[in-house]
This record gives sequence, structure tokens and C-alpha cells, in this order.
Amino acid sequence: MDMPIFSVHWDSLNDFFAMGGYGLYVWGSFLACALLFLIECVQAKRVWHEELNHLAQAYELDEGIARLREERS
Amino acid sequence: MVMSIHWFYYAAPQNFFRLSARLWPWCAGLAGVLAVIGLWLGLVVAPIDAQQGEGYRIIFVHVPASWMSMVVYLAMGFWSVLGLTFKTRLSGMMTQALAPTGAIFAALSLWTGALWGKPMWGTWWVWDARLTSELILFFLYVGFIALTSAIDDVKRAERAGALISIVGCINVPIIYFSVKWWNTLHQGASVSLTQSPSMARLMLWAMLLMALSFWAYTVAIVFYRVRSLILQRERESQWLKRWFDQAQAPKANGI
Repeated sequence: MDMPIFSVHWDSLNDFFAMGGYGLYVWGSFLACALLFLIECVQAKRVWHEELNHLAQAYELDEGIARLREERS
Repeated sequence: MVMSIHWFYYAAPQNFFRLSARLWPWCAGLAGVLAVIGLWLGLVVAPIDAQQGEGYRIIFVHVPASWMSMVVYLAMGFWSVLGLTFKTRLSGMMTQALAPTGAIFAALSLWTGALWGKPMWGTWWVWDARLTSELILFFLYVGFIALTSAIDDVKRAERAGALISIVGCINVPIIYFSVKWWNTLHQGASVSLTQSPSMARLMLWAMLLMALSFWAYTVAIVFYRVRSLILQRERESQWLKRWFDQAQAPKANGI
């Protein structure tokens, strides 16, 4: 059975990286995408953990205030 | 029996918070799988282009990034209209969560376009209608982010952001039709709703798979980011306190 999706277009790995002389432009495009997506994901994860920490601090503060009020009353 | 979807149920941050927690990992996984297949077809299997040689392969990221830069802005406009008309709390958060991803897509569209333009046109940049309107879109994203970050009051920031989102939507059809309305150096649409595609079928499939992958990535990252915004804005809510206690208790106990 003919499976065109498995017929590799390249003769060697060097040809693949050279991209017919357009390697800088092609890989410059694909790597920029990968890099920006990676930075975006890392940044989003960092913000999520920051917000969780802020939340934990806010709740600790609330509980501390509640305890103080109880002690005074 | 007609199944009704309670759209406004998910307009409540607590409901959307749970929905997005379930959906984002699936969307991220789907984005990864589609990207692997799309990259395989686009970079390894697709044949050389008769006119542009191997340089045409930039299309597999350039076109999806450009499409998404427009789609994300329209989505921001949609959420802004919802926010202004129905005053739903989620709308402002969604608009804000979409903006950085849209800005990244606009930047990638410009960057990959420049890398494609240099070998094909002999220049990185030209003040052509398509390129200029895409650059304006990038500035609209940057303007939105700068404006909403500069205003301390969240509600005022959301209203100002909504305004810039809605007004900026005028630019999206200008980008899309610029190659028809003006004589541009940029080529016409590779894929159109009214005409058959001008590309070979394998190339078209690779491009569409990459576009779907970018879609899935966008949904995943926006859902992930909106959860952080919900944590920030709903700090006073009882539901969030309950969620926090349930979610963090196992970690505190070392489980």
C-alpha cells in the first residue's frame, strides 16, 4: 500500500538542516516559534505559582487576624 | 429532547475555573500531537516548491501565526462586547488572558514574514498594506497590555481595555482583505473560503494541522493563564478559599 506520509523527502540529515540554502530563514522561523511558546509557558507557570503563594499569604493573614480577634474578645 | 447549554453558568469565574482546569491539559496534549504530525508532514515529507525551493516551508508557521494573531484579537473583541453588555466578571479576565498570546502570534507573524521576505523579495520589510496593518495589530496588542497594566483600578482597566479591543477589531478585516484592496508585494490568500486552495494537498494538510495545533495551544495557554487571573481577582470569594483548602491540604501534608 502506498503511504505518502512516510516517504521522506530528504536524502541526508545535512540536506535537511541546510534546507536548500534557506536553513537560516526556515530554522530561524521555527526556532523563534518554539522559543516564544516555551517562554510563554514558563512565564504562565511562574505567575500561577506566584498567585498561589499570594493566596496562601492572604489566607494566613486572615486566619491570624481572626485568631487575634478571638483572643481579644 | 433539546439539550441546552447553560452558557452563563460558565460566565461565573468559579465554574469556569473548574472547567478550564479540566480542559487545558487536553488542549495542550492535542496541540503537541497535531504539531508533531504537522511538522513531520511540513518539514520531512512535503516536497520542494517549484518557485520558492525549500524556503516556502516557513509557511507552516507563518500562516498559522498570522491567522491566530487575527483570531485572538477578534476573540478579545468578542469578550469585550460581552463584558460591556452583560457585565460578566469573566469577560475582562479572558480579554486580559488572550492579549499576551495574541501579541506573541503577531510578533511571530512579523518575524517569520521578515525571514520569508528576505530570500524571496530581497528585503526584510516593506511598507506594504498587509505588513503595515499586521504591525498595527501588534501595536494594538502592546497598547492593550500597556493600558490595562497602567490602570490600578481593575474595573476601569477592563473598560479601557474593552474599548481598545473593540475599536481595534476594525483592523482585522483590513489585514485580511489588504491583499485584495491594495496592490501589495505580499501574495494573495493561500486558502480562501470562496476559492479552491492554491497549494498542493500535502502542503495544505501540513499547514492546516499546524494551524489547528496553534488553535489548541492558544486555548490551553489562555485557559491556564485565566486561572491565575481568577486566583488574583477572586481572592475574597468563599469558593476559592474552599478550593484552596482542598487543593493545597494534600501538599501541606506531604501527599
